[in-house]
Amino acid sequence: MNKTFRWSNLYLFAVFAILYAPIIYLMVYSFNSGGTMHSFEGFTLEWYSEVFADTRLLIIVLNTFVIALLSAAISTMLGVIGALAIRHVRRRQPRNALLSFNNVLIVSPDVIIGASFLILFTMIGIRLGFTSVLLSHIAFSVPIVVLMVLPKLQEMSPSLIDAARDLGASSLDVLTKVVLPFIKPGIFAGFFMALTYSLDDFAVTFFVTGNGFSTLSVEIYSRARQGVSLSINALSTLLFLFTIVLVIGYYFINRRNSRPAVREGGK
Amino acid sequence: MVNRTRNLYLVPYITWIALFVVAPIVLIVYYSFFDVEGQFTLGNYAKFFTPVYMRMTFSSFWYALLITLFSLLVAYPTAYLLTRLKHKQLWLLLIILPSWINLLLKAYAFLGLFGTYGFANAVLEMVGIGTQQILFTDFSFIFVSVYIFIPFMVLPIYNALEELNPSLVYASRDLGASSWTTFRRVIFPLTLDGVKAGCQAVFIPALSLFMITRLIAGNRVITLGTAIEQHFLVTQDWGMGATIAVFLIIAMAIIMIITGNRR
Repeated sequence: MNKTFRWSNLYLFAVFAILYAPIIYLMVYSFNSGGTMHSFEGFTLEWYSEVFADTRLLIIVLNTFVIALLSAAISTMLGVIGALAIRHVRRRQPRNALLSFNNVLIVSPDVIIGASFLILFTMIGIRLGFTSVLLSHIAFSVPIVVLMVLPKLQEMSPSLIDAARDLGASSLDVLTKVVLPFIKPGIFAGFFMALTYSLDDFAVTFFVTGNGFSTLSVEIYSRARQGVSLSINALSTLLFLFTIVLVIGYYFINRRNSRPAVREGGK
Repeated sequence: MVNRTRNLYLVPYITWIALFVVAPIVLIVYYSFFDVEGQFTLGNYAKFFTPVYMRMTFSSFWYALLITLFSLLVAYPTAYLLTRLKHKQLWLLLIILPSWINLLLKAYAFLGLFGTYGFANAVLEMVGIGTQQILFTDFSFIFVSVYIFIPFMVLPIYNALEELNPSLVYASRDLGASSWTTFRRVIFPLTLDGVKAGCQAVFIPALSLFMITRLIAGNRVITLGTAIEQHFLVTQDWGMGATIAVFLIIAMAIIMIITGNRR
């Protein structure tokens, strides 16, 4: 028994090692003065200063974050409205139909989303660039927000709304003072997911980005195709740290939200 | 009153569905009937059934199948062992964390790891096998794909295992079943939904990978995704690209139905 347990630990250790090896490898070599991703020569911060000196790259970073924040904010709003809409549909069949439509973009491969959006934007005459990238990021983030908010809405007891109504609250009051505060955790979770979806996306952006406008993923792709350059390593290290901060933030928000639920369960 | 608010919520949401869910699919189907010159044609469909495209479709499915299979083989034991750890939530988070890191960066890291002088070759050199060409092979393509998809496979299986009532396992053991029999007859069938969900989450994206095929497999592997990208962005033959996309959508729908939710 003891022996099998040790084997299992070894297995898990191997899986974790493989999962993190590339990331650590990338980070370690971002400090390599040798200029290649093999044979570590010496410690340097040269590549980091190169990243910060590269204005083109910094503009792209800025673009990426503007797109991510804007698309997350807008898709969160749309997603909350969508979840409310689904919740208000009482009959089962149309509600399931709405949910299926909602999930289409989640299960669709990125290539299909990218290609079809490219056709769409060309048809309705939206110039490829900032607008098209922003619109498509909003579009593919909406369903995930809906999925994050909907369970919270279903958790909410209808008597809460009835009580508010009985006490004389208007529809708007019910929404802003009862419903929205209750589903706030879902809204935050949705916002975070939308943010990471947008920061993470490569394929869809690649299709609808056109010339001139670029996000970080697309830029890294075109640079990586030309071969290894350690400024990408430096940039990825920074991005990785940022991702960790995001994840930790998300984790704490989640924990703060789940704590009352646990307490309720214990009662 | 209730009616009016309901309609108000539905308006933006339905607009979103119409614009970004329904319209794109309709447009894809529409475009698949046109050739490069913009003439109506069924030629794209005829072309799809020529050996060139059939072989590509077949190999695309084959690679996706291999990737799904290997992901499952690695992910199931991982998920199973995770459920027995002390701080399992934390460990699960650590498994998922790499999936939050940009895909490009991970693929890029493998360029270094698998390169001619990279870490993998240094290890091979040390154990005496000698330097191998790792990048731009089927092996590296499947390895990197599996690497990327493992978290997506672990998560649903882990959830299914967590839902499993442990007393069922104890009962099986008490009744004299060996651990292998318990696994085969009790644990695995009861977590099949998780396995299906995981396979679905891996197989469909694996069919349409295109960035990794270029960076890691060096254009040696052409999947349906690569072909679509090629037609849309390189040769500008949108009709043919749309046709392949139509078949990809059909394949996707079939997979969804097979692995679909039983509820």
